[in-house]
Amino acid sequence: MNFARIAWLILRKDLTVEVRSGEVAFTTLLFAVSCVLVFAFAFVREGIPPQGAAPAVLWIAVMFAGTLALGRTFDRERQSETLRALLLAPAGRPAVYTGKLLGIVVLLAGLELLLVPLVAFLFQEPLLAHPFWLGAILLAGTIGFSSVGTLFAAMLVRARSRDMLLPVLLYPISVPVIIASVHGTDALLQDHLEVGVLRFWVVLLLCFDVVFVTLALWTFEALMTE
Amino acid sequence: MIDFDEVAVEDVSRHFGRRRAVSRVSFSARAGTILGLLGPNGAGKSTLLALLGTLLRPSQGRIRFGDVNVEEEGAAVRARIGVLGHDLFLYPELTALENLAFFAALYGIADAQSAARSALDRAGLADRADDVVSSLSRGMRQRVALERALIQGPRLVLLDEPFTGLDDRSGAALLERLDGLRREGAAVVVATHDLDLAEGLLDEAVFLRDGRVVESLARPEGLRAAYRAVMTRPATPIARPSTGPS
Repeated sequence: MNFARIAWLILRKDLTVEVRSGEVAFTTLLFAVSCVLVFAFAFVREGIPPQGAAPAVLWIAVMFAGTLALGRTFDRERQSETLRALLLAPAGRPAVYTGKLLGIVVLLAGLELLLVPLVAFLFQEPLLAHPFWLGAILLAGTIGFSSVGTLFAAMLVRARSRDMLLPVLLYPISVPVIIASVHGTDALLQDHLEVGVLRFWVVLLLCFDVVFVTLALWTFEALMTE
Repeated sequence: MIDFDEVAVEDVSRHFGRRRAVSRVSFSARAGTILGLLGPNGAGKSTLLALLGTLLRPSQGRIRFGDVNVEEEGAAVRARIGVLGHDLFLYPELTALENLAFFAALYGIADAQSAARSALDRAGLADRADDVVSSLSRGMRQRVALERALIQGPRLVLLDEPFTGLDDRSGAALLERLDGLRREGAAVVVATHDLDLAEGLLDEAVFLRDGRVVESLARPEGLRAAYRAVMTRPATPIARPSTGPS
């Protein structure tokens, strides 16, 4: 069966489930907003935010909220053993992975739509001044983080200490993506926008994406079979 | 679409680290028959179903789906296998219709909505099609789950404790459905503790203990007595079925 169709079916199913329950979206949103607010209260003194903190705050919130979303999304598949049902279907397992990955990316993209204006407002940074470049960095960074996260979350779905193991495995590997994302976002906030620098960070993030997604697609079948 | 008349488990072992879940098990499930995997908890029944469902690979031995090479045609083999697990494999937030339509589409059925509606008709749940699964009773969910497992017309049907939580009426309906599958030519493998319900249903009973086959009976009668007799005697691995007790 068609790879794209399977991925689309799984994405549509995940979004329908999420629209019905709102469980993962509301939890991650609340967590991310709380995270940004805590940083804002800690760093902004007399209405003056520290220089260059906004990109780090944004990506820390995305990373932590993303970890929460990954855990909960796969927990849901575990509770009724529906992940098993997906793996029992004749669908190619890389397509199953892609569907799950897209679900996480859409969820985090929605979260970022709300987080970016909040961070821009609280830290008084012109994050929305270059929407194309911001969109490119957010998308490439989110795909890189989610591709590794989806693989590990699926792999750990039956592990007893999965909540502890997921960040332990995920953060060391995804740190280069987060660093590149922070630097890329920071480059957007410079007085004189240097397109070459921005292009470098976006291309670097895309390279991470290609490597991580390829490795995940390659290993998902074996990891899920055993 | 691939086809097979027999699924043969040949000298299969499966280890998880140092733990041996299944050891040198052999049996075969033929089209148009119902085979029961019987044994206490931890006997290896669910592991065998996972191996038959291609979710696990044998550590040793092989499973033959007719002449089809499962290593090369895993997806095509899975398309002919229907699994009803101890868990129901249903999304509680989705309606019965959405669940069945999703899985029908995943199995490549062209008109998934119609297939899902027909399946709900067969389950006698057409009037509950738009109810979310979490609002259905355990028996109703079990019926939806069974239809999910059968929606693609599988050649091999694997059922793990299918009678759990069912009232007498639902249990009887399930027995009738399994009998129908046998008449339609499916190979059905049932792992169960419920010997009373399995009585009279099975064409072959494979008794498992500690991951080994300790006895195999063709057309077993007096299943409870046979089970007690088999489970209390020392394990002797055998491969071929003997006749049932007189």
